[in-house]
Amino acid sequence: MFKFFEPNKIFLITSKAPKYVMLLFILVLSIGLLEALVLSPEDYKQSHSVRIMYVHVPAAWIALGIFSSITFLSLSGFIFKNKNFFLIAKSLAPSGLVFNIVALVTGSIWGKPTWGTWWAWDARITSMLILAMFYFLYIIAWRIYEEKEQVFKITTLITIFGIINIPIIKYSVDWWNTLHQPASINILSKSSIHSSMLLPLMIMTAAFALFSLLIFLMKYNTELIKLKNKGLDRL
Amino acid sequence: MYGPKVKLRFFFILLILSILTLTVFLVLKSLEENVVYFKSPSDVKLMTELKNKKIRIGGMVKKNSIAMSTNEVNFIITDFKNEINVIYSGVVPNLFSEGKGVVAEGFLKDRNFFQASKILAKHDENYMPPEVKAALK
Repeated sequence: MFKFFEPNKIFLITSKAPKYVMLLFILVLSIGLLEALVLSPEDYKQSHSVRIMYVHVPAAWIALGIFSSITFLSLSGFIFKNKNFFLIAKSLAPSGLVFNIVALVTGSIWGKPTWGTWWAWDARITSMLILAMFYFLYIIAWRIYEEKEQVFKITTLITIFGIINIPIIKYSVDWWNTLHQPASINILSKSSIHSSMLLPLMIMTAAFALFSLLIFLMKYNTELIKLKNKGLDRL
Repeated sequence: MYGPKVKLRFFFILLILSILTLTVFLVLKSLEENVVYFKSPSDVKLMTELKNKKIRIGGMVKKNSIAMSTNEVNFIITDFKNEINVIYSGVVPNLFSEGKGVVAEGFLKDRNFFQASKILAKHDENYMPPEVKAALK
């Protein structure tokens, strides 16, 4: 089915959709910020600095999610020899890197008043920094290599190495003693976060996901324009 | 339905991933000593020799154990099995309190006394408004 990929049809969507996604993003973000900054209660222990979490946690989730998607797409692209998958993966990367950096910076800002330090070399924080480096590598690989076949192979290789780090990030807080606290939200057992704080967290996650979608559509649109300019109507 | 080359590439990727996972697992396993951010008081008890090296010890601040004097803070870190006395002079973080997590960085004087040069408060995974916390008590 992927063989009949038609840039023209997809281009119709990617050139129009961003406006609507943008509107939806602004709407969801406004509700999310209102909930996170005004309506949600302060924490019993850390008082108002809990509000940093509403940016920190969604950003970290999105960063992990996008890297996993990029890996899945690159591996599928490699196995099925589908070039479109690589272009989708390439277009996803920038927002992943941005959210990864946002997670690191907000974590640092939260760490100072809570832990008493800006930075600690504990397993969670270090593995998150390593993920940012893999994002960086992935993005510059696309810029350095001109030849398509070469860039597909190299970016796939980077994602293979990077994906090993994802479970380490997720489970570092359970496997080892870390300064970072374990996960508050568990799918199987009861979450240790109060529902009044869970709501803004979820809305902010939706807002960040929409933002990633918006940047993705714009990047992907650019890739399709590049294809068109080369006079190719299929990959 | 897929050609033999597709299958070959699929299993090749699978092989790379499994070997890489195994490698990383073995490396982390052997480096565990350095991956952990802090040791618990029980780990200290099990140490065969006390090195004159900076280490971190973490656990809970024992209830009613904080004694503050003009230029020194004394408290006990416990993991509910073993305990260790900590001596520290300096500013403690805001969230440092009894019954809460703490990580102390410094030197072991002996198996029971720890001279800390830095104190970090460890936050737990519980988030709730003050009213809920009060209702739980």
